[in-house]
Amino acid sequence: MAGPSIDALGQFRLTTGLGPLGASVNFTNSNEAMLGAAAIIIGLFAAGLRARAIIPGRAQALVEILYEFIRSMCLDTIGEEGMRYFPLVFTLFSFILLGNLIGLFPYFFAFTSHIAVTLTLALFVFIFSTGVGFYTHGFKFLKFFVPEGVPAWLLPLLVPIEIISYLSRPVSLSVRLFANMTAGHVMWEVFAGFMLLLTAGLGIFGVIASIIPLGLNVALVALELLVAGLQAYVFAILTCLYLHDAVHMH
Amino acid sequence: MDPAQTALLAKDIGAGLATIGVAGAGVGIGNLFGAFVSAVGRNPAARDTMFRDVLLGFALTEAVALYALVIALVILFT
Repeated sequence: MAGPSIDALGQFRLTTGLGPLGASVNFTNSNEAMLGAAAIIIGLFAAGLRARAIIPGRAQALVEILYEFIRSMCLDTIGEEGMRYFPLVFTLFSFILLGNLIGLFPYFFAFTSHIAVTLTLALFVFIFSTGVGFYTHGFKFLKFFVPEGVPAWLLPLLVPIEIISYLSRPVSLSVRLFANMTAGHVMWEVFAGFMLLLTAGLGIFGVIASIIPLGLNVALVALELLVAGLQAYVFAILTCLYLHDAVHMH
Repeated sequence: MDPAQTALLAKDIGAGLATIGVAGAGVGIGNLFGAFVSAVGRNPAARDTMFRDVLLGFALTEAVALYALVIALVILFT
């Protein structure tokens, strides 16, 4: 095909950042975005909690809303032991949320659109929640895979299904986040590519017609903003659900 | 036709077929929000508590569509 073509996946390519020093230790743009996300969270909390006012200002109110949101999620989902796992859930939520939000800006890198990153996070959650299960219940945790109240002759069928569904948790947790972010960015790229194709193919008429994909891209920004928050929420609440399973075994 | 070209064509057809799975997710999301709207019609006071579960269900259903998309992308780009 002549003329411009759509390179939908080129935006996820890793490059080394921070000049020659970064190149020598393979410090990628993904790592830059991660450091940026962590710095923004820490900076936001440092700025918000400096005043410690009884009537919070804007920054403090934002920090308190985030804290209260995750706190009630932990307590509602995990139960009264929820606060023990609050730091983990809050860290995961804010890291993923900031990663998704940073990726929304043009020329910024969405590190959550890499399966390596999301799978690492998901495997950590999976191994941690399994560890919590064995720590609190010992080997009785294996009873988690034996559903209650079913006839014994069904167990040889049900136990493998339960084990497979348990083992597929990290896969679904990571692929969900990765696929959502990747799909959103690919959609942007495709619609932006339509603009290039239109102007190359139709000249001045194509420039006018490009308003349509541009408008769609603007609407997609709103959708992606929703998805960025929603996926961070889903990741956090599924972490809570898995921890609930580990603590309460049902 | 030479085999390499046929393989490329088959790749495109396969990727197209893989996206059929999205139809199921469309039905699921429609069901989800349809049920939500009728539930809010019956009990408007419970809207906020229900909406949280709806968002979770929406994200889980949407993920199924994205699995199909990932498979299509894997077929296309590997």
